[in-house]
Amino acid sequence: MITLSVNDTVHQVDAEPDTPLLYVLRDHLQLNGAKYGCGLGQCGACTVVIDGEAVFSCITPISLLPGRRITTLEGLGTPEKPGVVQAAFIEKQAAQCGFCIPGMIMRAEALLQRNSTPTEAQIRSHMESNLCRCGTHGRILRAVSQAVNGRKGST
Amino acid sequence: MKKRTFLGAGGALVMSFSMRAAETTKAQPQNLGEVPVQRAKLPGSLEQEPMLDAWIRIGADNSVTVLTGKVELGQGIKTALLQVAAEELMVNPARITLITADTGATPNEGYTAGSASMADSGTALLNAGAQVRAILLNLAAARLNTAVAQLSVQDGVISAPGGQRVTYGALVQDGTLHLRAEAKSPLRESRLHTVIGKPMRRVDIPAKVIGQPIYVQDFRPPGMVHARVMRAPSYTAHLQGFDASLEKSLPGVLKIVRNGSHVAVIAEREYQAVKAVRALAKTAKWEERAELPMPADIYTHLEGLPAQRRIIVEREPGPAGGRTIEATYRRPYQMHASIGPSCAVGLSKDGIVTIWTHSQGVYPLRGAIAEMLALPPERVRCIHMEGSGCYGHNGADDVAADAALIASAFPGRPVKVQWMREEEHMWEPYGSAMIGKVTARLGDAGEVLDWRYEVRSGSHLTRPGGRAGNLAPAWQLDPPFQMPEPKPLPQPAGGGDRNAIPYYTFPTSQVIHHFIPAMPIRVSALRALGAYLNIFAIESFTDELAIAAKVDPVEFRLRNLGDPRAREVVQLAAQRFGWSDFKRQPGRGRGFAFARYKNFAGYAAIAIEVDVQRDTGRIHVLRAVAAVDSGEAVNPDGIRNQIEGGIIQSLSWTQFEAVSHDRTRITSVDWGGYPIMRFSSVPERIDVHIVSRLGQPFLGTGEMAQGPASAALANAVADASGVRLRDIPFTPQRVKSAIAV
Repeated sequence: MITLSVNDTVHQVDAEPDTPLLYVLRDHLQLNGAKYGCGLGQCGACTVVIDGEAVFSCITPISLLPGRRITTLEGLGTPEKPGVVQAAFIEKQAAQCGFCIPGMIMRAEALLQRNSTPTEAQIRSHMESNLCRCGTHGRILRAVSQAVNGRKGST
Repeated sequence: MKKRTFLGAGGALVMSFSMRAAETTKAQPQNLGEVPVQRAKLPGSLEQEPMLDAWIRIGADNSVTVLTGKVELGQGIKTALLQVAAEELMVNPARITLITADTGATPNEGYTAGSASMADSGTALLNAGAQVRAILLNLAAARLNTAVAQLSVQDGVISAPGGQRVTYGALVQDGTLHLRAEAKSPLRESRLHTVIGKPMRRVDIPAKVIGQPIYVQDFRPPGMVHARVMRAPSYTAHLQGFDASLEKSLPGVLKIVRNGSHVAVIAEREYQAVKAVRALAKTAKWEERAELPMPADIYTHLEGLPAQRRIIVEREPGPAGGRTIEATYRRPYQMHASIGPSCAVGLSKDGIVTIWTHSQGVYPLRGAIAEMLALPPERVRCIHMEGSGCYGHNGADDVAADAALIASAFPGRPVKVQWMREEEHMWEPYGSAMIGKVTARLGDAGEVLDWRYEVRSGSHLTRPGGRAGNLAPAWQLDPPFQMPEPKPLPQPAGGGDRNAIPYYTFPTSQVIHHFIPAMPIRVSALRALGAYLNIFAIESFTDELAIAAKVDPVEFRLRNLGDPRAREVVQLAAQRFGWSDFKRQPGRGRGFAFARYKNFAGYAAIAIEVDVQRDTGRIHVLRAVAAVDSGEAVNPDGIRNQIEGGIIQSLSWTQFEAVSHDRTRITSVDWGGYPIMRFSSVPERIDVHIVSRLGQPFLGTGEMAQGPASAALANAVADASGVRLRDIPFTPQRVKSAIAV
């Protein structure tokens, strides 16, 4: 049994210590946000936030994670009350198939937690590690910029 | 053992057709999704499913259910179809339940492909909606004892002038809508539309950004187990043996399922299945053959493969004289490269096999799976759920076949099969490598005297089509299914020859499609099919001619375009780009391209500005401006999203992408080996301008930007650097060495 803190809830997980966090989130905890894309840390579809940093959950074994604070897409908001970044993605209609979008949102979330006023160049550079195949990049960048403004407005 | 090619047992037919271009425009109705139904008596897909209640159902509680045989692929079709149905039914779209493709519930609309969903399903729902409304108004008039013209409708409630009201639901009884559709419908006037053409947020996006379980990857029916396939390492690898005793010792493993060279592991937990299949693969012995072409020689190899020579245009040559100019354009094998590898869930229970799948065509998939399992089709049900964007025929159908095979061997519990990244990269059918050669004669006044074109390509259609042999897992079985010989898609839609005929008014005397049935590498439909290379070739060469004629490329196109709708998008894109007052700067250039997709669907003109770094060979696309005409625009922002995405995807194909292989195996098995565009290369700005044609047919949008974007890029690079790139992709090394020459 390994103890994990996910979205401010403590879970006892019955999985081998080498299990990547992604599989525990999806299979054990039935959280859908983090997606399997490559299992190699190349595409970012599985991105979650751990202690404020954007992390590839597909290559992070759970043995490293007791005592760490894990946030997934589900920790940001609900259908009734989406988080600031989620609301910005809806506002900008920043999705096509949407499969990469949870990872994009989590990567943006990590940036905004650290830097509340990133420039457009900083946003673009920060998002580099996440792949999108539908070509929604422009809308994703606009959504993140919108979230920056949304946060400013809410503080 | 016979060398496998993709395929056709008969393989090497060399045929020569001679058809007048006019004859080839008679496409047969084939419901492939690539071609709208021709000469239909009923509008859109009503031709195939004429019963109104197959499309629209109204409950006694006034609930409205709309059914479509098309599926959401991320292109936003659900939202656009809801808008169409809501408009004609005069019902709030938020109140409509939309059911997409399910062989147990919806009409059969073939594949969701070819940018045909609005023409097929949108047109069907538009007309069915109008006819249902008319039926209900007639019933209401009788019920309320008034004339139809006196009635008004508000969100499914019909009111008479005296204030009497009746809901749609109160008028409908069993069988009320069980009527055949008529050819003509009382459509609402476009200028009165309140839903069509108005902004509507995509209905699928909130669930996607919140993380609700909407993808088949997220589907977890009770009791579900996980499976992984020990995939063959190369197309023709034959399994010699593996350590089956691991079934007893590997943690969590419930069963190892084997049929021939198809081996899968079933486990309680997902990661147990992943680890188990890795352990199993370490013990596997495969017999492999070095039978792929030499990597450096794919085009020479393509030239040497047996091909059907199909003449799609043959006319008298244009006026004699002028100078002859020719050029050859090439694209390599390219991937769909979905971000999420393919996935399916299968359940075999009570003699019925149910598959939850992100296939583009549940009915053709059902037929193929039924043949593979030797079951009657009615014992197989395929239900669509969304997956990662597919952009054509990727691994979706194959993983559905895996799920069907594994679930059949493990009845009673749902089995989820998830492909790993390398399976998708290796086994998905690629967009075919292609070669396009243009020869033209240019007169002294800059007029095109004659144009000839030859395109050489593998098949762009090896979709399931009801045949088990089109499912890759079925090739591994004992006995194996053979891949049926691919057939070329006929003009006017075409496959490898899609958009091979220029849409210009100059004399085109000959267009030949060399169709290669048997390919060494698995190929099928990748977004836009042959139109990507053909438009790249035609529109690059058009610029080469304009430059040779010393005529501005936009002006050159306008001189040769007769269709006013084509001229309008060209003029609009040029104007919004600022073509006529473009300021030259060192290292920068502008490029333009136009096409009418399939020569009968949507119009797109694209202008691009680039910066080319001469020392590194790196191309940076600064901005793109598109003007598009998809007929009457239903969801303008949906169109914009598709065009922005189409441009970026095409720029990625054109700048970065090529499948790599050695003599035995595909070697581009991850994102390191097959790089696609990342944020740093995305244009700083893309503007899309829509010309909406009220009351005109829906023309579709999803595939019309890919061809023009590639040529606009090549033309801009030529303008910026003086270097003409004719081989895709334009990697920095290629650009750099071209500049250095």
